[in-house]
Amino acid sequence: MYDFLVDLIGNEIIAAFISAALPVVFIVPFVIFGVLMERKVAGHMQDRLGPMRVGYHGILQTVADFFKLLQKEDIVADGIDKKFFNFAPYLVFAGSYAVYAALPFSSKYIGADIDLGIFYIIAVSGLVVAGILMAGWTSNNKYSLYGALRSAAQIVSYEIPTALIILSMVMLTGTLSLAEMSEMQTAYFWNWNIFGGAEWSFTKLLLIPFMFAGFLLFYISSLAEVNRTPFDMPEAESELVGGYHTEYSGIKFSMFFLAEYANMFAVSALVSVLFFGGYHSPIGYVGNTLGLEALIPFEQVFWFAAKGIFFVFVQMWLRWTLPRVRVDQLMTICWKYLIPYAFLNLLIIGIITLI
Amino acid sequence: MLTEFGKIFVFLIFAMLFVAISIFIARLIRPTRPTKEKLKIYECGEEAMGTPWIKFNIRFYVVALIFLIFDVEVVLLFPWAITYKDYGIYGFLVGIIFLVVLAIGMAYEWRKGDLEWARPKPNIPDLSKILKKKIAQPETIEPSADN
Amino acid sequence: MELYDLIFYFFAIVTVVSAFMVVTSKNIVHAGFNLLFTFFGVAGIYVLLGADFIAVVQLLVYVGGILILLLFGIMLTNKITSVELRTGTAHIIPAVIGVGIFWGALTAIVAFKTDWVEVNTASTESTTIIGLGNLLLTDYVLIFELLGILLLVALIGAASFARREIEELKD
Repeated sequence: MYDFLVDLIGNEIIAAFISAALPVVFIVPFVIFGVLMERKVAGHMQDRLGPMRVGYHGILQTVADFFKLLQKEDIVADGIDKKFFNFAPYLVFAGSYAVYAALPFSSKYIGADIDLGIFYIIAVSGLVVAGILMAGWTSNNKYSLYGALRSAAQIVSYEIPTALIILSMVMLTGTLSLAEMSEMQTAYFWNWNIFGGAEWSFTKLLLIPFMFAGFLLFYISSLAEVNRTPFDMPEAESELVGGYHTEYSGIKFSMFFLAEYANMFAVSALVSVLFFGGYHSPIGYVGNTLGLEALIPFEQVFWFAAKGIFFVFVQMWLRWTLPRVRVDQLMTICWKYLIPYAFLNLLIIGIITLI
Repeated sequence: MLTEFGKIFVFLIFAMLFVAISIFIARLIRPTRPTKEKLKIYECGEEAMGTPWIKFNIRFYVVALIFLIFDVEVVLLFPWAITYKDYGIYGFLVGIIFLVVLAIGMAYEWRKGDLEWARPKPNIPDLSKILKKKIAQPETIEPSADN
Repeated sequence: MELYDLIFYFFAIVTVVSAFMVVTSKNIVHAGFNLLFTFFGVAGIYVLLGADFIAVVQLLVYVGGILILLLFGIMLTNKITSVELRTGTAHIIPAVIGVGIFWGALTAIVAFKTDWVEVNTASTESTTIIGLGNLLLTDYVLIFELLGILLLVALIGAASFARREIEELKD
């Protein structure tokens, strides 16, 4: 995509900027759709309708909300540490946006195809933690600070099981690049990593249960990474008001919101790349049957988005199914269940790869 | 030709620009009419009391400390994970010994109770004591302060 | 290459200016936040040196780990924000001489003692992680295992310090 843009425009830097702008073209509509989906899912799960007023069945509700947020007054209360308070939204959004640089949307588009791919993604999410702590501290608000501390402690703790599962997937595939990982799971769905990968041998059967276990462990810890229920203590409304962004209003608040939904999609996309074939279609491409090569990248973007949105939907589903866990339970789940199991899973997958 | 990390740098710049432009557009549209009430800290809707910068549970620090050590471990294991297959059983054992050494540390922490998060004791009022007190000296009962 | 130099100076300035702000800041939390930019700038310089793995490790361990730990440490300390840090300068001349000698010696050692190799930039590998992995499994395998033991010692040490703190708090 980048090369194509360079050829088209003739200037590398402008081409790089356009290439970097493409994920935002995806994120903003996704967030608008995702917020509506969240409210509709919530509504229907509780036997009510959700937003119904703006547009047919409320489909324009989030657009209206967006314009409302845009014209809200920006209140920076007294006693707030202005310089870093204003900088925190930049940091949080930049941190979650940088993750998109290494996500392969299709075989033709990946923001930056670095060889360290997934390792870079683990690292760059640290910027979000720093941004959250910055927002919480400068807000001059007890609940913001407490939410930020909880959030940071939670994200860093759950980074370890996530990293261990990623490590076992790296051991299996032998690459860190997400594009290569997706390419390995090409063709039909039985080649996905969750079904033991593309290699047809005796080990494929052995791998399947451990891949499922790995997927479950990864999905649980990814829920905690993005502060979703049942791990949403950082924003527990009943005890912490609004969490670390209580004092933000207007467009700065919506930047936190945008980053949060962007993160939700990013972890879901990561799940789909690691276990569910990334951008590859489960049932073959229409472009191949019709003989239209040009159609394939668009289909791949469709499948990538569809898989991502499906896992986002599961996140929402869980939100209205599970109660929130306590802080001590949160730490117990991480240190006494997820990490030992992830460790065992890594050992077993390592042994299987040696056979 | 930009390198791949160059593109990431462009991504970061673009993200910053995106936020800056959004805030700039909002500044053109939104009203600015601060009043004394608006400029108070919202906190929970009530008048804010005391400083928010209080002392926190030290467990947060312990968690961050343990995390840091495991973080370094993961960092060291990534180069191993990508190359160990070329060395067969030997390569695998090297990494596993490294992991098991850390698992010992983890088991130690577990055994010593460092992974426990101090659970707040539920404050269940003992009804019989309150009643006894009430029967003994009914007039001196004060409304007990909420904790 | 023009752009390369420009980016290098950008990261260098970010690193130096934010490091300066860390040491002169009167508010200890601001010092902590400024440290973020220092770490980030250093990561950028690593990238420009072609050490991609080290750059990402810098981001992961320093920004995602040590900085968080530092901020937690600051936030856990009671009433630290009301303390005005003394950042005034005392004994300027001895400090300048001392730092000058140290810097001179360090630069001299780096400049003359290092076995400089000219690397053809076009031929360098795209990632350093594979080479690093191979080295860890061949030449430095003992060091790799010793690192594991070092981390174990650090883990146990950290936990016992923290345990003492918690027990003191309980009293």
